Amino acid sequence: MLSQLGEEAKLLAGGQSLIPLMKLRLAQPSDLVDLNFISGLDTVDKGSDEIAVGALARHSDVADSDVSGQVPILRDCASGIADIQVRNRGTVAGSLAEADPSGDWTPVLLTLDAQLHCLGSQGSRMIALEDFIEDAYSTVLQPAEVIRRVRIPIPPAGSGGAYLAFKRSAQVYATASAAVQLQLQLQDETCRQVRIALGCVGLTAARATQAEDFLSGKHPSAENLASAAEAAVEDAQPVSDVKGSAAYKKTLLRALVRRAAERAVRRARGEQLEGGHEYV
Amino acid sequence: MSEAIPTVPIEVKINGEACRDKVEPRTLLVDFIRQQACLTGTHVGCETTYCGACTVLLNGRSVKSCTVFAVQADQGEVQTVEGLEQDGQLHPLQKAFSREHALQCGYCTPGLLMSALHLLQRNPCPSQSEIRKGIAGNLCRCTGYQNIISAIEKAAQEMGGRKTAEE
Repeated sequence: MLSQLGEEAKLLAGGQSLIPLMKLRLAQPSDLVDLNFISGLDTVDKGSDEIAVGALARHSDVADSDVSGQVPILRDCASGIADIQVRNRGTVAGSLAEADPSGDWTPVLLTLDAQLHCLGSQGSRMIALEDFIEDAYSTVLQPAEVIRRVRIPIPPAGSGGAYLAFKRSAQVYATASAAVQLQLQLQDETCRQVRIALGCVGLTAARATQAEDFLSGKHPSAENLASAAEAAVEDAQPVSDVKGSAAYKKTLLRALVRRAAERAVRRARGEQLEGGHEYV
Repeated sequence: MSEAIPTVPIEVKINGEACRDKVEPRTLLVDFIRQQACLTGTHVGCETTYCGACTVLLNGRSVKSCTVFAVQADQGEVQTVEGLEQDGQLHPLQKAFSREHALQCGYCTPGLLMSALHLLQRNPCPSQSEIRKGIAGNLCRCTGYQNIISAIEKAAQEMGGRKTAEE
């Protein structure tokens, strides 16, 4: 249907970004194809080694699912995006497809090595999230291609993760955000499989690979976590805008990475912690 | 003059009553509720998905009805503030808002009542911080929120949820 309607047609999933953009005339699609009447797309399924989030699964579906208890970084993200009305409508897949540089899901799912199962007129393909987002608001998705499901590998035993986002109020995008996922080695409690990703840092969310390399194989002491946060900030290139200056955002990021890493370590040790987005 | 936009017939159950009409595909749910179903209790505030004055329940979930197209509610169920009162009796939330002075100008109240209803349906005895998170999508420019939070707490108690120890 999308290929018949041409390149100016748009898919409508949750509509919590597209409808406001249309009101502002920043988006003027020739046609809208509403996915909401297709049943069976709103699932959050747990398999033996992965979680599959359907095209129409809302943020609140993920927040309320059992799997987000098992992979708490998912709940951190899903339970704090915007406000409950938006979470009841907006979708994970739609958020990834929009590729807003301040979006919450991209940094979180980058730390989990998520893959996107996409369907188009040419057939189906799997795209790693890392290769999916090209630039701000730009992905490799073809005009007549949709995200069918987001596939998230379940982290190995002994893993922990946390997402922290700072925003000025519930409704707005974050000013800065950090996602950390790691595994603690049983014998010597050193960090393995370290993934650190930052949001609101330029055109796309980005992995902080220097910080990941620094922390890999090290003990998660307060000093090491602080040094990893420092390395992550060196990688980051936030831009000054109405939400704050680049220097302010770097200061925020330093604290967010350190605190997310501390929380990830505590969860890897089996602690139950709640949290995610912070605002006044 | 631009050409007429074709309309689509829809049927939405609003507060239990079927409402059938034709809408342009671009018509927002809030405009359908106010102008075609003539239920003006749901307010239009910012129209930018921010203020929450237009909050209604769509198929049991709170949504901002300025950010849903009316055609998307076709065959669905909507509950608005007018559906809270039963047999001439105000809903416990409405009584508590009145008793606790949880409104001044009242513009945000219908949206806040629907957000509070959605919260209490899922969490019958929320803590103060859960209430704050539950109504974070609704702006009130008069009250400073304190009385709204205590009204929701009182309504929760009256509706059977026991008060939890506050941290």
